[in-house]
Amino acid sequence: MTDIVIEARGLTKLYGKHRAVDAIDFSVRRGEIFGLLGPNGAGKTTTILMMLGLTETSGGSVDVLGFDPVRQPLEVKRRVGYLPDAVGFYDHLTARENLRYTARLLAIPRREAETRIGQAMESVKLADVLDKRVSTFSRGMRQRLGIAEIVMKRAEVAILDEPTSGLDPHSTFELLEMIRGLKRAGVAVLLSSHLLDRVQSVCDRVALFNEGRIALMGTVVELANQVLGAGHPIQIEAAGGDIAGTLHGIEGVQSVVAEGEGVWKVVADRDVRAAVAHRIVTSGGELTRLADLQPSLEEVYTRYFEEARRAA
Amino acid sequence: MPPSAARRQGSPFTGIGPVFMKELADHLSSVRMLVLALFVIAFGAFPVASSLQTLRTVVDPNSFLFLRIFTLEPEQVGISFVAALNFIIPLMAIGLGFDSVNGEFNRRTLSRVLSQPIYRDALLLGKFLAGVATFAVVLVALWLIVLGVGLLLLGVPPRGVEVARGVGFLVVAVAYGGVWLAISMLFSVLFRSTATSALCALGLWLFFFLLWPQLASAIVSGVAPGEIRSVEDYAALQDLAMGLMRLSPGTLFSEAVLGLLSPETRTLGPMLPAQMRGAVMGAPLPFGQSLLLIWPQITGLIAGMIVIFAAAYVVFQREEVRA
Repeated sequence: MTDIVIEARGLTKLYGKHRAVDAIDFSVRRGEIFGLLGPNGAGKTTTILMMLGLTETSGGSVDVLGFDPVRQPLEVKRRVGYLPDAVGFYDHLTARENLRYTARLLAIPRREAETRIGQAMESVKLADVLDKRVSTFSRGMRQRLGIAEIVMKRAEVAILDEPTSGLDPHSTFELLEMIRGLKRAGVAVLLSSHLLDRVQSVCDRVALFNEGRIALMGTVVELANQVLGAGHPIQIEAAGGDIAGTLHGIEGVQSVVAEGEGVWKVVADRDVRAAVAHRIVTSGGELTRLADLQPSLEEVYTRYFEEARRAA
Repeated sequence: MPPSAARRQGSPFTGIGPVFMKELADHLSSVRMLVLALFVIAFGAFPVASSLQTLRTVVDPNSFLFLRIFTLEPEQVGISFVAALNFIIPLMAIGLGFDSVNGEFNRRTLSRVLSQPIYRDALLLGKFLAGVATFAVVLVALWLIVLGVGLLLLGVPPRGVEVARGVGFLVVAVAYGGVWLAISMLFSVLFRSTATSALCALGLWLFFFLLWPQLASAIVSGVAPGEIRSVEDYAALQDLAMGLMRLSPGTLFSEAVLGLLSPETRTLGPMLPAQMRGAVMGAPLPFGQSLLLIWPQITGLIAGMIVIFAAAYVVFQREEVRA
């Protein structure tokens, strides 16, 4: 049994002459969370629809759990859960009735379906509104109901399109927790988003889309090293003495930039926090803050597109 | 891509059962259905009541009494029950179908449902069949009500042949509804906005009922030669006029109903005196002969339904499901 659940090779989609997706290659492993990131219209949703066999491919191939979505869409859709962007449910039906309909489409036996629906709703903390009409649900609850559908389906792969867009911070946090829950249950998760900082916290690996191509792919740290250059950025707030001079004297420090009154940003080729603290204090300065600046996807993203624009 | 590589696997009918059951339940429990049923009752009750009034006072033992309930045109109303149905059935069908696909799209349920193991074929066909079944339920109920009221007020049981003709009428009415359901579903696939698709379907309905008769006769008089020299000329013109009128499903329906419910009908077109020789005027045809007479109308309705549904199907297959 291979560990790769989704493999795309040279996947291409043309709309007329426009190359919406241009010969992309990627693979998703079992039990990982893979993020497709990029601006709107970069080809993320098209890629997702091709994986589900909901739109035809123009070239290349994609393999989902050993099936070809073009020729065997039913096999793929039986095993893959999909949460579309701004998922909709039948408003005049209750949550239970909505899931029951899905269960019937999946040909899950009736008794089994009822048990699974109960468990799934429990897992997304919606058990108390099981028999409420979906028309009363908030956006966040609908997204969670979408996750419940995937849980009920016992999908091996979950494909989530912009799962957190339009949610308030608390709902986002809860939803991301549920996505982590899917991963813990052994489900491979592929999610697309343009909200980078939120995605960063859950994704094991990401692929950065730009105009139908995958510009960068890897872990967040790998991408940061690739785009921002290697180095450990830290931020320091201190007062007293020649702080900048002291900082320059520390071994490994590559650059010191004053970011404001008594605030500096230091980039070094290794973790220099201990040395920085020691030097400032021994030189009679007052160290009030010392923060490790995690490479943020936002920064990677912005920098990458700036450079791409400059190159163009 | 070579065609063999693109061949998909799995039955196109996977999942059609759940779709059918859900749509049927939705239709039967919806407020819209209730409104449409009230519509039918409002339009149908008056002609039926007046017909019954008339039939109670006129004693005519040889005529098909029960069929007359449907076809009699009471003077106070000026419209028979079947004529009312001719008008109302399209409205019901449009009401049931105008948002069947674009409604799912707008509620954003389409991509979620299509990501379940089901082909688009099953979704569309399931919806269509559920609509037709809804029709059948409503029309059978209506038919039974009329029959029951007739039984109570007239005090005579219907004869077997009347029941047979009545069942034939039901089949034709369901097929007629199917044509309009297919039309409204085609619009619901073509347009993303439910309002636009409803408007187009209603526009077509009005076109066929109000404009088409005038337009057809205008076309006929436009192509007519200056003077009609022979019977053949006249017959050709009549053929053209009828052919044009029969493009409207309503004409096919009323002709089929005429043949079924008025057994004395021998022809739907003009007849030469020579062809009438030996015919006993006003004598009813046997059921089989009536059926033979209207067979083209029935096949025309069913063929139209299938062709329009196929068009909707082709458009739906090519549609993008993304928002």
